[in-house]
Amino acid sequence: MAKEKKGVRLEHISKIYKDPKTGKNFYAVKDANLEIEPGSFVTLLGPSGCGKTTTLRMIAGFESPDEGEIYLGNEPINALTPNKRDTAMVFQSYALLPHYNIFDNVAYGLKLRKMDKAEIKKKVTDILGLVGLEGMENRMTNQLSGGQQQRVALARALVIEPGVLLFDEPLSNLDAKLRVSMRTEIRRIQQEAGITAIYVTHDQSEAMAISDKVIIMNKGLVEQISTPQDAYYYPNNRFVADFIGEANFLDATVEGQDMVNINGSKVKCATGSFAVGNKCSVVLRPEGASLSENGALKVKVAYSCFMGSYQDYHVKVGDTLVKIQDYNPKNSKIYKVGDEAYLNFAENTLYAL
Amino acid sequence: MAKSQSASLDRKKLMGDPILVTTIVLLIVFLTIFILYPLAILLVDSFIGEGGLTLDVFRRIMGLPNFRKAITNTLKVGFVVGIASTLIGLLFAYVEEYVKLRTKFMGGLFKVVSMLPVVSPPFVLSLSMIMLFGKAGIITRFLLGIYDNSVYGFWGITIVQTLTFFPVCYMMLKGLLKNIDPSLEEAARDMGASRFKVFMTVTLPLILPGLGNAFLVTFIESIADFANPMIIGGSYDTLATTIYLQITGAYDKQGAAAMAVVLLTITLLMFVVQKYYLERKSTATLSGKASRERMLITDKSVTVPLTILCSALALFVILMYICVPFGALFKTWGYDFHLTFKWFGLVFTKYKGFKAFRDSFILSLIAAPITALLSMIISYLVVKRKFKGKGFIEAVSMLAMAVPGTVLGIGYIRGFSGGIFGSGILQGLYGTGVILVIVFVVRSLPTGTRSGISALRQIDKSIEESAYDMGADSFRVFVTVTLPLIKDSFLSGFVTSFVRSITAISAIILLVTPSYLLITVQINEFAEKGSYGIACAFATILIVITYGSVLLMNFVIKHFGTSRHVKVEE
Repeated sequence: MAKEKKGVRLEHISKIYKDPKTGKNFYAVKDANLEIEPGSFVTLLGPSGCGKTTTLRMIAGFESPDEGEIYLGNEPINALTPNKRDTAMVFQSYALLPHYNIFDNVAYGLKLRKMDKAEIKKKVTDILGLVGLEGMENRMTNQLSGGQQQRVALARALVIEPGVLLFDEPLSNLDAKLRVSMRTEIRRIQQEAGITAIYVTHDQSEAMAISDKVIIMNKGLVEQISTPQDAYYYPNNRFVADFIGEANFLDATVEGQDMVNINGSKVKCATGSFAVGNKCSVVLRPEGASLSENGALKVKVAYSCFMGSYQDYHVKVGDTLVKIQDYNPKNSKIYKVGDEAYLNFAENTLYAL
Repeated sequence: MAKSQSASLDRKKLMGDPILVTTIVLLIVFLTIFILYPLAILLVDSFIGEGGLTLDVFRRIMGLPNFRKAITNTLKVGFVVGIASTLIGLLFAYVEEYVKLRTKFMGGLFKVVSMLPVVSPPFVLSLSMIMLFGKAGIITRFLLGIYDNSVYGFWGITIVQTLTFFPVCYMMLKGLLKNIDPSLEEAARDMGASRFKVFMTVTLPLILPGLGNAFLVTFIESIADFANPMIIGGSYDTLATTIYLQITGAYDKQGAAAMAVVLLTITLLMFVVQKYYLERKSTATLSGKASRERMLITDKSVTVPLTILCSALALFVILMYICVPFGALFKTWGYDFHLTFKWFGLVFTKYKGFKAFRDSFILSLIAAPITALLSMIISYLVVKRKFKGKGFIEAVSMLAMAVPGTVLGIGYIRGFSGGIFGSGILQGLYGTGVILVIVFVVRSLPTGTRSGISALRQIDKSIEESAYDMGADSFRVFVTVTLPLIKDSFLSGFVTSFVRSITAISAIILLVTPSYLLITVQINEFAEKGSYGIACAFATILIVITYGSVLLMNFVIKHFGTSRHVKVEE
């Protein structure tokens, strides 16, 4: 639907803010280099205060970067005001114009583009169909539910056929169930419209579900840019491993190619570029191991709780507490607090950092 | 780590919006010429003599016993009025927020009291004070048989000003009390404190900065007040009247300028303390919203005396207002109580009443939309945009609140009678209706801006950002989004400014020329002469006009306002 899919490139982008308490300058975003492919769905992911929203607002033009240049397509856009940029944003609070009805809200951007009435009407009707709000043109915004308001916000952004669609935590005001169905919906609509989308969220499962690529940020720095799978299986560092999903970190020494020593036991583990004798941290996802009578690593059970789909264990490897989720506990032995057991790792689950 | 690139980009973006830039520049020019410059010229006048910088003028005016007396008089009145208004205001606010009012009648009384400061012309209470308690006063002479009571002087001014200004305190304190979380007081009660103890140890400390704030606001109003001391002051001169007499009686422009500087210094000091210290403090302690409804006091030993006290005060104030139309209907106040329309007749025949109402009405009607629009634009810029000079715009438009009308009037005389800095530029303005309109605008700008700012702060900033993001430039965002969302505030700014203008006197009386007849100036003139019948007839019609405008505004807001179908996001 979009006239032209546009990519976005950030070159050495930094944003400096003044801390109102100390009066000192600090980097809200530091030296971000991003390349967002035309037509892809990319998520800026990170805890609050990591600079993701600032980055998005710099792309939209509400904030100006202190270093570096932003390109939309091949055009540098640093000096352009938000209204001159080929971007459209979906806001966290929806930001619908409360004095207009749904039709006028969606038509707002088209009217500014001096389109003729018949064409506006057709486009608005089409787009409301796409987001599943046909027939609601005359409602006022406060007559809609949160989910419906979010669809209007999305329709309003889509209808002007922007080169890039920006989402600022669009689902955080919705309840958990609606969040899940809306994110599927957003992904479907983005694919159907074939539009480049940049999405900000602090919810890692939302990011995983929706994106072609995730950009994980922490304290103003870009920590990793990869597919959601790679971020989960091959995190660049401890922060990413911990932020994406749950992770246990086990101290280990590299013993050979793809072989480490954890607490005296030899375990298979992807060691990457680590040399023999190096110290490393082994990342273990809770679902990556199970307990049994014999196996690779001897542990002691410190906590055991039935959760329905899995048995939740905290076990001690030496002095380190490790969280394990043993799925389908019905078919295996349930260990109690104080029991001794062995950890068995599934294939390809351990990754050295 | 320098923020230079973002600053230069922000500047570039701003420049990319020519309408916005033009607006900002024009605003700065307007504020500089019509607020800052007239005040600056007063300083120039009073500090620069023939031989350069000098304190001679000040030495001279400080040598005048009249002037020294006026300073102490003013401060004394201001202090007493400030305290009395704050206490009465607190009483009303407390009764409304904490005490169960049995009857609709009481609710009605409170509403009337809160409306009064909006619709009341400045000197109405002075008039009725004289008519009720003066030598020929109904109460003093006919009820009490006192023949030589003098209402003129310190007590006259103090009582009249207190009754005029306490509703302002009441409205301010009501807002504060409303925001106190009732559970704080309930906790104290629960731990065994008596109601009085709770008031002294919880409620009072919480609103203490607010009380200080209310005190200073009234203090400033009191010492800036011109109309009441003029009519009821008698020989008890305050700064505002002394300055007026210095220029109209003694033709001493330099001396008046120096006196104006003294008055301005006092009000500015108060204003700075109030605005930048107390106002912040008073809202900071009470930011939280009340978690639930407060349990109102129903204990008769508390409700009955408080209710009686409030009703008595409220009824007294209302009585004073009612006295004005009657003053216009009696043949001769104090002697002949036959009803007559003679005064109203005289107003329109002999005293060119029609022209006076037309001039006042038209000038105020021109000033009102300008003020309303200007204050909405200023609020929008202050709340929603970032740019250099924003602090200047906000500070100067608020500063106008601290400038007494008399001071502004002298500033305009000195600043524009010979053109800007005596150069002849803008000299054409002087003596015209334009300058009167400008004075009206400047005088009402702070109130309008304040209400605009608080209305805009409640609107989620992303609503405007979304429009901006969709491709609208600043002008369109303002017209299609901001203005419709603060329509109510715009309307009330319009009416408030209209009412304030049509009832204004302090600055205007110094600037008006014989080609314009203004109602307030007429009232003042006739009241001075002792022609209370005529003065009351003018005042009655004026009250009808202002009250009518407020009713009309409420009607319009109720039926066409934004709040009807728009729920502004908190």
